[in-house]
Amino acid sequence: MQWIQLKIDDKKIRVPEKTTILEACRMNNILIPTLCHDPELTNWGACRLCVVEVEGMRNLVTSCTMEVQQGMVVRTSTPDIREARKTILELIVANHDIDCLTCEKMGECELSKYAYEYGVKKDVFQGAKREYELDDSNPFIIRDLNKCILCGKCVRACAEIQVNHVLDYSKRGFETQVGPAFHLPYGESDCVFCGSCLAVCPVGALTEKQMAGKGRPWEVKKIQTTCPFCGTGCNFDLNVRDNKVVGVTSNPGSPVNGRALCVKGRFGVEYIHSPNRLITPMIRKNGELVEAEWYEALELIAERFKTIKEQYGSDSLAALSSARCTNEENYLMQKFMRAVIGTNNVDHCART
Amino acid sequence: MTNSIKEIPSSKVIFVIGSNATEAHPVIGSKIKQAVQNGCRLIVADPRRIELTGFAEVWMRLRPGTDITLINGLMHIILEKGWENKAFIEERTVGFENLRELLREYTPEHVGGVTGIPVEQLYQAAEIYATAESAQIFYTLGITEHTSGTDNVMSLANLAMLTGNVGKENSGVNPLRGQNNVQGACDMGALPNVYPGYQKVTDSKAQKKFEKAWGVSLSSNPGYMIPDMFQASLEGKLKAMYIMGEDPVLTDANANHVRKGLESLEFLVVQDLFLTETAKLADVVLPGASFAEKTGTFTNTERRVQMVNKAIDPIGKSKADWRIICDLAGRMGYDFIYKSTAEIMKEIASLTPQYCGITHDRLGTRGMQWPVLGEDHYGTQYLHKDRFVRGKGLFMPVEARIPDELPDKEYPFLLSTGRKLGHYNVTTRYSRALEVHSSEEYAELNPADAKRLKVQEGEKVKVSSRRGELQSKVRITDRVPPGMIFMTLHYKESPVNVLTNGVFDKVAGTYEYKVCAVQVTKL
Repeated sequence: MQWIQLKIDDKKIRVPEKTTILEACRMNNILIPTLCHDPELTNWGACRLCVVEVEGMRNLVTSCTMEVQQGMVVRTSTPDIREARKTILELIVANHDIDCLTCEKMGECELSKYAYEYGVKKDVFQGAKREYELDDSNPFIIRDLNKCILCGKCVRACAEIQVNHVLDYSKRGFETQVGPAFHLPYGESDCVFCGSCLAVCPVGALTEKQMAGKGRPWEVKKIQTTCPFCGTGCNFDLNVRDNKVVGVTSNPGSPVNGRALCVKGRFGVEYIHSPNRLITPMIRKNGELVEAEWYEALELIAERFKTIKEQYGSDSLAALSSARCTNEENYLMQKFMRAVIGTNNVDHCART
Repeated sequence: MTNSIKEIPSSKVIFVIGSNATEAHPVIGSKIKQAVQNGCRLIVADPRRIELTGFAEVWMRLRPGTDITLINGLMHIILEKGWENKAFIEERTVGFENLRELLREYTPEHVGGVTGIPVEQLYQAAEIYATAESAQIFYTLGITEHTSGTDNVMSLANLAMLTGNVGKENSGVNPLRGQNNVQGACDMGALPNVYPGYQKVTDSKAQKKFEKAWGVSLSSNPGYMIPDMFQASLEGKLKAMYIMGEDPVLTDANANHVRKGLESLEFLVVQDLFLTETAKLADVVLPGASFAEKTGTFTNTERRVQMVNKAIDPIGKSKADWRIICDLAGRMGYDFIYKSTAEIMKEIASLTPQYCGITHDRLGTRGMQWPVLGEDHYGTQYLHKDRFVRGKGLFMPVEARIPDELPDKEYPFLLSTGRKLGHYNVTTRYSRALEVHSSEEYAELNPADAKRLKVQEGEKVKVSSRRGELQSKVRITDRVPPGMIFMTLHYKESPVNVLTNGVFDKVAGTYEYKVCAVQVTKL
């Protein structure tokens, strides 16, 4: 591997060849704003917000697509650059539905973050605004094209993470939009609702339906955990507010899956708070299951297990442990059957 | 899995057999598609036109239950063409001559006839797999849920060893385990014949080790496997059961038999999140806690032990399952004293060689892949490097066998069962959005059969087997070949396991969920 020496903002820097200017900056804690860039996706160069000045080049260049070269001299924050970025932001904002008060994305919106940083007001450019209907065609994702900034991250996530190729650009110019073929709503397309598009959208164009109105980012605690469904072992963050799980968000640090999830992991944990959850022990009395206290239920079980063991022997009892429970619980269950009951009659649904 | 999920996108050749990964393991399915996008050559063997067949260079549409014939046939071609890895066979394996002898009769013509796969496809698949720089096998329940499940797996192991495709990166035999912690539950010895870490209960050394650790004398008789339990109960030998987090009335084959078995018990305790079909039969029902309400670990299909972190308190009066077991043990006169699940993991690590270097602290946010051999060891990305656990790899030649029950005049359709993308077993129906998205069963029926039966898309049919019957709407699709019907296990309104055959693989105790004979009639 060859190493490249260059200068960024008067700082001497050494990075491996094939590194982009943007990556070189980020490795060295030099901040560059981006809307369409994502380290897990191919570089696109769509938003132009990452422009920098390279000595000897006629125009500003997009740092996300340009690789470093030996002896390059780069500037990232001159007044010209800041002016260019501000104009780009003003153009985006001019055709963006400024619905920040109730927008689900408020507090995590990349556009609003940079607009704030660059002092962008909403009314610099006046003109037509898009007026698309909300795509509310499915139980999982709300799609608001009036907030889409055409960064194309969802297109690439669909193609490169999920490999489903459902999303792409269509039409031209002012009418350009992103979505499934034939402008179908998500619900009628071949979308499998993995939600990868949702996980990468930098603005409020794609938001999660179940989490709508359930809490602002700063009110929600995120707890990394392991998905309870198939054996892949994806990790994600449970979003918790007031001792209630309000939804799931991707955690880019997940060792197995990164931000990828499936429809069940991302949208299917609502069962935690299902009104059908058992919330108290129950004992059968006169043929009916009736509510009971813990001590009653456990005393009854202990007494019956003991009697049956004495009367018929340890091997007349058996347990089914669970591939849905934790290792620690499975360990205790087999220990309970072997050490306390005295039988090897313990199995679980590995076979089913 | 012998190998790791992160190796998938950079694979050169992937052979998927009996695995509908994009629905049952969607993130792994996407990674297989990423691999193809990166230039990987994909071979799929599946009776159904699953999504991955669209990404495959070769799709072998085998008749259900003919897997061994297919795999033996591929090995026959590999030997015929001289594509076997002679050095690997010589250095790392024993028993090759027995295999060669067995394979003689599996000629491509014979195999094509039995499996229904065109002979050219067999040659293509054998060439792609055997001549690759590295090749991986992925299989799921389409391989194991047969009366010949163990033999099916062994023949895949033969194929991998014959071509030296094991023990290196991007090269192995990878079962995709069905449930979040099925790997861990096995590792923890929730099995009737082994203690944690697969230490046999019949091994007196292992018995002594656990007797010393737990301070009691232990039984050296292997216990009942699940199918035996229901039978033993019907015969009056089993009197009481304690069932945690499982709903066998819906999920075990021949459900009516299972139900009768449970009804014959004197005493049944069920610990679960919901009043499941099984819980409805219980004498005592205990409310357990969901994954969001407790701390512990799950072990995934690539042997990665990962943290499950408590996010909220248990709902209502429900309790974390580990606390319930501790309470019960105490009342039975044996104190389980653990302040936290981290302490339980400490005990696990002290008794389970594969987990010996694992603590909750070390797992952190990235987890670790077992074996983790000590506190200074970081886990194992792939198994069988340089040597197999038993030393040399043993070829186990296996003869093809047919499924227990095949279609006949009376029951002319072959029923195969599985999962679909929108649901996970029987819990996700309690999640509203998923329920709205996938609210009922649509049995898959081939257009030719639909025409003959005069049923339209979405109409209801009666499906019956020798063991039971149900009603279901149909989806008319060439995803299934003529003569086959596919249904999922998710819906209690159309409980598919009243139909399935209760026979099972004699070694593993896994039911033959993938093949039974049914009749389909228009309602």
